[in-house]
Amino acid sequence: MAKKLFSRPKSLKEAGFHYCPGCGHSITHRLVAEVIDELGIRGITIGVPPAGCAVLAYNYFDVDMLEAQHGRGPATATGIKRALPDRIVFSYQGDGDLAAIGIAESFHAANRGENITVIFINNAVYGMTGGQMAPTTMLDQKTTTTPAGRNKTLDGYPVKVCETFSQLKGPTYLERVTVNSPASVNKAKKAIKKAFQCQMDGLGFSLVEILSPCPTNWKMTSVAACKWIDEVMSKEFPLGVFKDNMAAVKKPAEAAS
Amino acid sequence: MTKVLMSGNNIIGEAAIRAGCRFYAGYPITPQNELTEYMAEHMRTVEGGVFIQSESEIAAIHMIVGASSAGARVMTSSSSPGISLKQEGISSMAANELPGVIVNIMRGSPGLGNIRPSQGDYFQATRGGGHGDYRTIVFAPATCQELADLTMNAFDLADIYRTPVMILADGMMGQMMEPVVFKKPKPRQYSEKFMLRGAGQGKSKFIRSLILDAIDMEEHNWKLARKYQIITEKETLHEEYKTEDAELVIVAYGTAARIAKGAIKRLRENGMKVGLFRPITLWPFPELKLRTLSKKVKNYLVFELSTGQMLDDVRLALQGYADIGFHGRPGGVVPTPAELANVAARHYEKAD
Repeated sequence: MAKKLFSRPKSLKEAGFHYCPGCGHSITHRLVAEVIDELGIRGITIGVPPAGCAVLAYNYFDVDMLEAQHGRGPATATGIKRALPDRIVFSYQGDGDLAAIGIAESFHAANRGENITVIFINNAVYGMTGGQMAPTTMLDQKTTTTPAGRNKTLDGYPVKVCETFSQLKGPTYLERVTVNSPASVNKAKKAIKKAFQCQMDGLGFSLVEILSPCPTNWKMTSVAACKWIDEVMSKEFPLGVFKDNMAAVKKPAEAAS
Repeated sequence: MTKVLMSGNNIIGEAAIRAGCRFYAGYPITPQNELTEYMAEHMRTVEGGVFIQSESEIAAIHMIVGASSAGARVMTSSSSPGISLKQEGISSMAANELPGVIVNIMRGSPGLGNIRPSQGDYFQATRGGGHGDYRTIVFAPATCQELADLTMNAFDLADIYRTPVMILADGMMGQMMEPVVFKKPKPRQYSEKFMLRGAGQGKSKFIRSLILDAIDMEEHNWKLARKYQIITEKETLHEEYKTEDAELVIVAYGTAARIAKGAIKRLRENGMKVGLFRPITLWPFPELKLRTLSKKVKNYLVFELSTGQMLDDVRLALQGYADIGFHGRPGGVVPTPAELANVAARHYEKAD
């Protein structure tokens, strides 16, 4: 008898992604859906898509979703989670959404240790609007609003979300991963699963930052974009776990129960 | 029914909790801080109550958007500059058809202005305020009793029409104390089908305001417009005071209407037959009721703590039907009934 080894995750609808070829959103969507399936939380999960390339995420995830205004995902997710503490709530955001217009909402949700999960796509550019400078754009990187390259004097520096948030006491789990190779995709899935587990165990704020290829706006082939993450982007944004307090938070919680 | 003496801001908080509000997010701003503080103190003692001091007005409104979608009865409050910041979320609530109550305890404006009572946010409140083709139901209480009653009604209307409702008062209303009786709240009627609570074993739902197809977006706009038409037909409220024999009618709401009543007392003592038309809902504006009154009374004086905003709605109702004068004190100035009586007396004589 044939054994099914691979199929569409149940938490993904039967819909074709609108994302460009080589984009990291499609891979990340799949990983989040696989994790939701594996943890058995489809029926209790509520997602919050952003304004940005993932604005139509509700067409793909087969879970309840409330679209947030630009940057407000963590505030909106906070409202849902506090009203329904036993549901699993995640906010899915891009770099402009999270680190520019929504930095206050993200920072303070992290600082409050809100028991939500944030999936943060860092592709160093505003994708949906056509490739403008993002807070995470690299120095000297050319975008439509930095035609001569990002200038540190005029435009400031790439914003490092995991590094910054790791200085706060509020967050429990922060990790930066990428999805530019089969091995890195597996690692990214582990991080996303851990982040959701963190929330399920009631341990507080978790965020996974994903360095994500954007061949269209980087004006590269998909292969070159994956390479650029290894050779350039991950030098500015090193991969790894920036904070993991899960064990420490768990202990007093267990002792109390 | 026990009468209690409370300040306006505290009354709104108590009425909201009694009406079943279980989620409040807010950010400090004078002159409404007592309301935020009341919610902080009392939400922790009611079952399921959530209070969050948010990082900004913007975050507060989006927190209540989230909680409203999850099915909670929600409220946020602020004062003029903070209400400007909330407009993004109010537009979003209107578009997403999510219920919620927003309290604006107005202060002197524009810009940072001051912390004195004012009525400069009439346009913002009654014309939608944020971007797009939408309206917000706006209650303008003039007494502490009305603060209690209308706050409770606001939650019911928000649910019935699945739309944001605003309580528009000012620093005077927020700070003053009067005896008040809290009525028994109605049981909540709001279907679970509008809530996001996780799909369970069933079909997943989503709530969104992004409608990329222009024809579909147009239909959504018309759907909202039909709802606003029903609200206009069914929910308009106003008060008429001594209009039966009036030769002159002052049109005023909220604190200005209180001052007007004092002025009317003085004017009548001097033999001048002056009455008051007081809109209680500012949107929908009681346009037809005012026009009906113009069959009897031909002389009107609009009085506002602004340079003349409700004046536009009075003109839409009465232009061509009656004479309309205006007296305004913007910027946080609260005139005495004596001042208004002098102005009204001049207007009264002029019409003769």
